[in-house]
Amino acid sequence: MARLIRTEKEVEGNYTEQWVVVEGDDALEQWPEGPRTVVGRPAPRQDGHQRARGQALYTADLALPGMLHAAVLRSPFARARVKKLELSRALQAPGVVGAIGPGDCHVLTLEPSFHGAPVAAVAADTLQRARAALELIDVEWEELEPLLDAEEAVRQESFLEEPRSYARGDLEAGFAEAEVVVEAEYRTQTVLHNSLETHQSVCRWEGDTLEVYISTQYIWGVRDSVAGQLGLPPDRVRVVCNFMGGGFGSKNSPGDYTYVAIALAGKTGAPIRCALTRREENLATGNRNSTIQRLRVGARSDGTLVALEGEFVNAVGWAGFSGPTYGPVEMLYACDNVRTLTYGTKLNLPPNAAFRAPGFVEGTFGLECVLDELAARLELDPLELRRRNHADHDLADGRPFSSKNLLECYRRAEPHWGRRDDVRASSNGPVQRGTGLASQIWYGGGGPPSYAWVRLGSDGRAAVITAMQDIGTGTRTAMAQIAAEELGLPLDRVRVELGDSARGPYASISAGSSTTPSMGPAVRAAAADAARQIVEIAAQRYHLEERVLSLEGGNVVSADGGSWPLEEVTGLLEDAQILGKGARGPNPTGMRVLTFGIQVADVSVDVETGEVRVDRIAAIHDVGRVINPLGARSQVEGGIIQGVGHTLSEERLVDPGTGTVLTQTLDAYKLPTIADVPEMVVELLDIPDQHLTNIGSKGLGEPPIVPTAAAIVNAIRDATGADVRSLPVSREEMLRALEEAREREKKLAAAPA
Amino acid sequence: MFSLRINGSVREVDPPVGRTLAETLREDLGLTGTKVACGEGHCGACTVQLDGSPVLSCITLVHTVGDREVTTIEGLRDHPLVEAFVRTDALQCGFCTPGQIVSAAALVEAEPNPDVERIRHAMAGNLCRCGAYPRIEEAVLTWRD
Repeated sequence: MARLIRTEKEVEGNYTEQWVVVEGDDALEQWPEGPRTVVGRPAPRQDGHQRARGQALYTADLALPGMLHAAVLRSPFARARVKKLELSRALQAPGVVGAIGPGDCHVLTLEPSFHGAPVAAVAADTLQRARAALELIDVEWEELEPLLDAEEAVRQESFLEEPRSYARGDLEAGFAEAEVVVEAEYRTQTVLHNSLETHQSVCRWEGDTLEVYISTQYIWGVRDSVAGQLGLPPDRVRVVCNFMGGGFGSKNSPGDYTYVAIALAGKTGAPIRCALTRREENLATGNRNSTIQRLRVGARSDGTLVALEGEFVNAVGWAGFSGPTYGPVEMLYACDNVRTLTYGTKLNLPPNAAFRAPGFVEGTFGLECVLDELAARLELDPLELRRRNHADHDLADGRPFSSKNLLECYRRAEPHWGRRDDVRASSNGPVQRGTGLASQIWYGGGGPPSYAWVRLGSDGRAAVITAMQDIGTGTRTAMAQIAAEELGLPLDRVRVELGDSARGPYASISAGSSTTPSMGPAVRAAAADAARQIVEIAAQRYHLEERVLSLEGGNVVSADGGSWPLEEVTGLLEDAQILGKGARGPNPTGMRVLTFGIQVADVSVDVETGEVRVDRIAAIHDVGRVINPLGARSQVEGGIIQGVGHTLSEERLVDPGTGTVLTQTLDAYKLPTIADVPEMVVELLDIPDQHLTNIGSKGLGEPPIVPTAAAIVNAIRDATGADVRSLPVSREEMLRALEEAREREKKLAAAPA
Repeated sequence: MFSLRINGSVREVDPPVGRTLAETLREDLGLTGTKVACGEGHCGACTVQLDGSPVLSCITLVHTVGDREVTTIEGLRDHPLVEAFVRTDALQCGFCTPGQIVSAAALVEAEPNPDVERIRHAMAGNLCRCGAYPRIEEAVLTWRD
């Protein structure tokens, strides 16, 4: 029976209340802790060969008959007014079939407010001809003065939303009680997602249905947005994404390119591909915005935190959202007196987008660095300082955690942390070495609604059917493992059909570390529903009671030793099939579901050149039950590597005078390469969350990038005594911090004892 | 109209002047295993081999290929590296993976037992935003296992 439940839903820290319908038995007992037959054991990706051999068809590879290519005219200015826009010359260019301007499509504008804002677009038979035609659009720009500086935006009160204030306890009383107060300002840079498949879609009308083939993290979100924008019934928009080449948070919505493709498809009657170039990708598809963080922390001499204050300025851009940079300050430690103030500034810069743990990556850098500065002042072991301030419930609202094993993570970090004397001792000449650590807190509980079907044929093979997407995280494989476990089937007899809103039930977004905790329980429930039907059929066929039958190793087995191959039972159906249905149930009422962890970094700093190398990172995370240890390790390593890039090399540079983006190419924007990778040790606790769903799994995509920057910068302090306050740790910043540390030493030496 | 030697066969093509090898492979010949991620020779996703040497097909004009043998991922589908990449989980989204394998295949052809330093040097031009690098290293180290 379908049950209607009112429940809380969380995506990346945003909580909403909503109704969900739950069918099937989502309240199955969790499997016992530890590896099962399939779940919890390493499984190579089911689509690994397809991807590795270049046989997987990404949106980038799709060529529909008669398809035209779109190119978009984007503003070369951070702020301008289009005084004249004439498309006729472009329309007459060879191969050009259609052109659109601001009146034709809502994403096009005559008042571009950031470099890269879309103004017009053309469709031609080849991409080259479409690009060439852009040059023939007659456009007159009136360049206007842009607002680029976030501090200036605060002064002018240029905000995207009201400044956010938060307070608990009595901050002033806390500081009055403090024996040590540390105050510091931290800055983080703007970084770009740079998924290797650029943002793109192919749109065509098929009868009265609009088909959108798109590289997306959220098939159903695209469907709803497009249907809403066009005023279509949602089922007349079909969204397809079988394979996609990375997103990292930037592909959660349709984007300007999809609406451009739709408008040109309407205008020309042909399928339209709108694929962004790498340069457009680095202008107009979102970013992790820069931040300024002013932190003040007060503690007693034993390290107990008695006051935490943070003022955060998020340089959001022209649109987007003001991320939870304040999150770690409010949530990570048991401090009773906390106050934060956060500004989301509106600037003539490209809009931000969610980027792998948005806000928390930035906020953890500030908080975990200031905590180490505090530990240095108190002459207290940084790990011990964190232990002493462990939060055993949510300080914001008193809720218990559904599960929290951070202290166990700390315990397992000890051997890595314990190496630091040896690491320091290995310093050699100008190369100083040291070790640092940082804690991690983030969401990752997922939630309803999410649905899955499991179909079994007479051949005893199963298909999991759900309209989710696998953005490269390996969820296809994890879902197959969950279904195989529940059906007692070898993994190679389960496949997952996903990626098409017309061919499966609603599935959650692949963002917010929510895919496995949202989809996994629905898949297990659907497999259990199918398993129950098989047992019912077998019981009737073999004249046994259902309670003595179970599914194991591809067989139906009975308690008295009988065993029948599954296909013998399902073979009775001939061409008929068994269909199991499952839904994700609600999250535990009144509990806070979060992920936790710690990373320990070893670094080498050349104090003469300012070069920093990360030598080793140990990552210990508590994300509940691990479904696929092989894929999980890869995700943790990948998160750390993105964190290393964020810390050391990546930075979007903007001309401070004009607001134009200078780093549009992958030679200018420095992603980590294979030569930049440190030694990595990954440990996942693999303790199921007893309160969370029928699988006890949390998400894993985001936690590993959260503490990396702080751990590295704290290791730099350990190695050199220098306080890095700004990311990336360029050589200039490193040399500045070293010089400041030397000046401080000099003053200290000169001061009377 | 001229011929290209691709993956052991001869293909007739008639590209306009200025067409890149990547465009010819992907759009004219349907060999979409070669990916284009930057189009400017910065990321390595479009790597193919010309007479066994890795080149960036997105900045190689097709008219300059001549009679050199073009090897794309489609010609390396049975290479042991494919199995090694899958076994070691050396891919996540997989968009850079064909280029990684084409580069690695050129490396192991020249040096069947490359050490880590050599692998890092040879593969540093192939970007992977998912960060599968440690497993790529493992795959190339153990490609004959």
